[in-house]
Amino acid sequence: MSTGKKVFIKGNEAVAYGALAAGCKCFFGYPITPQNDIPEYMSKAMPKAGGQFVQAESEVAAANMLLGAAACGVRAMTSSSSPGVSLKQEAISYMAGSELPGVIVNMNRGGPGLGDIGPSQGDYFQSVKGGGHGDYRTLVLAPGTCQEAYDLTMLAFDLAYKYTNPVLILGDAILGQMKEPVSVGEPITVDEAEGGDWKLTGAKDRPYRILKSLHLEEGELAKHNLKLAAKYESMRAEIRFESFETEDAELVVVAYGSIGRIVKTVVRKLRQEGLKVGLFRPITLYPYPSAALAELAKRGKRFLTIEHNMGQMIEDVRLSICGVADSAFFGFPPGNMPTPEDFEQPVRQALGR
Amino acid sequence: MTEKIAFERPKALADRATHYCPGCSHGIIHRLVAETLGDMDLVENTIAVSAIGCSVFLYNYITVDTVEAPHGRAPAVATGVKRARPDSFVFTYQGDGDLASIGMAEIMHCANRGERVSVVFVNNTIYGMTGGQMAPTTMIGQKTTTCPGGRCRDTEGMPIRMAEIIASLGGTAYASRVAVDTIKHLNQAKKALRKAFEVQTNGLGFGFVEFLSTCPTNWKMSSLDANARIAEEMIPYFPLGDFKDVTSGKGVC
Repeated sequence: MSTGKKVFIKGNEAVAYGALAAGCKCFFGYPITPQNDIPEYMSKAMPKAGGQFVQAESEVAAANMLLGAAACGVRAMTSSSSPGVSLKQEAISYMAGSELPGVIVNMNRGGPGLGDIGPSQGDYFQSVKGGGHGDYRTLVLAPGTCQEAYDLTMLAFDLAYKYTNPVLILGDAILGQMKEPVSVGEPITVDEAEGGDWKLTGAKDRPYRILKSLHLEEGELAKHNLKLAAKYESMRAEIRFESFETEDAELVVVAYGSIGRIVKTVVRKLRQEGLKVGLFRPITLYPYPSAALAELAKRGKRFLTIEHNMGQMIEDVRLSICGVADSAFFGFPPGNMPTPEDFEQPVRQALGR
Repeated sequence: MTEKIAFERPKALADRATHYCPGCSHGIIHRLVAETLGDMDLVENTIAVSAIGCSVFLYNYITVDTVEAPHGRAPAVATGVKRARPDSFVFTYQGDGDLASIGMAEIMHCANRGERVSVVFVNNTIYGMTGGQMAPTTMIGQKTTTCPGGRCRDTEGMPIRMAEIIASLGGTAYASRVAVDTIKHLNQAKKALRKAFEVQTNGLGFGFVEFLSTCPTNWKMSSLDANARIAEEMIPYFPLGDFKDVTSGKGVC
C-alpha cells in the first residue's frame, strides 16, 4: 500500500492521508474533539486533490452529504467522534438500506452523553450492532497504530465499494492524537467504471436509476432484507485479526484498537518473566473473528477480555467461544487514560500468578 | 381536416397511474417540473433528490436518476450530489413538513452556502402522507389531527413563510412563491420554476420556488373547495411573487 516514504503524523492525519491515497474526492465534516485534525487537514488537502470539502451545518447534514456523494459513485468520507456519530446514524441506516458505499470515521471519546474528550471504547455496541434503526450491519475496522489507521482507511474505501455498504473506522482519542512515523504512498487512480452499474450520473443512453430504501410492495422489503443478510454473511471474507504469542499461551487476552496495543506491552513484559500469555486483537470488529477465537478455545486456552468500557465486546468474545470456554473481563472505565500497569494486575490475576 | 397534437406527455413524465388523491396539486407540479426539465434539455443530465412525505414517490413519475433522502435532509443530500457531480443538474422536491420543520437547518444552510441546486417546495399547510397533522405552515385556526381546536398562535406560533426566509439568505439567487390554482398562476409558476432552474444552470446560486398546494383529503374539502382555499385563505398570508431575483446580475458568490 505504501511506497516507503515516511511522515511523522497523528492518527487523525493518518486517516486523512489514507483517504486521499484511496482516491477520496469528497469530505464532509463538522468540528468535534478529538477528531478535528481530520476536517482541518481535509479543508486544505481536498481542494488540492481536485476534490470537495464542505464544513456541514451539522453531523446530520455531513452524513447526508456523504449519502449524496456516495449515490454518485464518488469516493467520499465523513469523520466525527461519539456524540457526532450518534447524529450520523440516520444517514448510515439509509445508506445501508440503499446500498451506498461511504467511509465514516469515529474517534471514540468518553460517554455517555457529552462524556469527555478523552479516549474510550464505549461505542463498540453502536458500531458493530447496527447503530441506527433497522436490520443492517456496517463493516467496522479498528486500527491500533497510526500506520494501521492509514492502511485500514485505504482498505475501507475498497470494501465500501466491494460491498456497496458503509464502512466504519473505529479509533479513539489515543489513536487520533498520537504521533508516529507512517509509510505513505501516492494516491491510487480510482477506476472510472467503479459503481458503473448503479451510480447516478444522469440517465443518458440508459434507463433511469433510483437509489432508495423504501420498499412498500408486498414481499419487497422481506426480499431486500434477505439480500442484505446474505451480503453481510459474505463479509466474513474480510475478517482480520492479530494473533500475538498465542501459540503456546495459557491465557489469551482479547483487546482491540489502542487498548490491544497497550495489552501487547503487558504481554511482552510478562513473557520476559516466562508467563505464557498472548494477545488476540480483532481488527475487523464486524464481521467479528469468531472462528479464530473458537479455534483457540478448542485448544484449551483461557481468556481475558480487556476493554476501555464497562463490557461490550466481551459479549462477542463469549458468543465466539461459548460451549467450549468462557472469558474473564476487565473493564477500564472511560474517563481515565489506561497504562500498561493498569492492565498488568488483571492479567496476572487471570493467569493465577 | 388535419389533426394537430396540442398536448402530449412530457418526456420526463412516466406513463403510469398516479397515487395522489383527486384534486391534489402534486400532479400539476410534477408535470411542470417534467415540462421544464424537457424545455431546458436537462432530462438526461438530472439527478433528483426525493424527500419524505407524499412526494417520496417522485421517482415513480419523473423519469430521471433519483436518490431518496431521509426526512428533511434532501438539501444536504443534494449538496453531496452537486459537489460530487458539479456538471449535473440537481433538484430536490420537498413538502412543508419535510423542508420547513424537520429539515429547516438543511434548507437554510444549503441556500446560505449558495449551493448550485434548485428546490421545489410544495406547501399544502399540512402533513399529508401521515394523515393530516399540523405543519409549520398550517394556518392560524386551521384544524388538523394534532391541533383539533385549530392552530393557535400563542401555543403553536405563526405559519412560517419560507420563500421570504430563503430570500433573506446570501447564497440565494432566486426565491419565489407561486400557485397553480388558476391558469394565470400556473403560467406564472412555470416561469418561476424555469428561473429557479436557470440560476443553477447559469451558475448564479441557489434557486427556490414555493408552490401553494391543495390537500383536499386532509383539509376534508372537495377538490373545488380546496382549490378555492388557495386564493381565499393562503395567498393573503402567503403572498405570491419573487422575493429575490439576481438573474440580471453576476450571481451571489
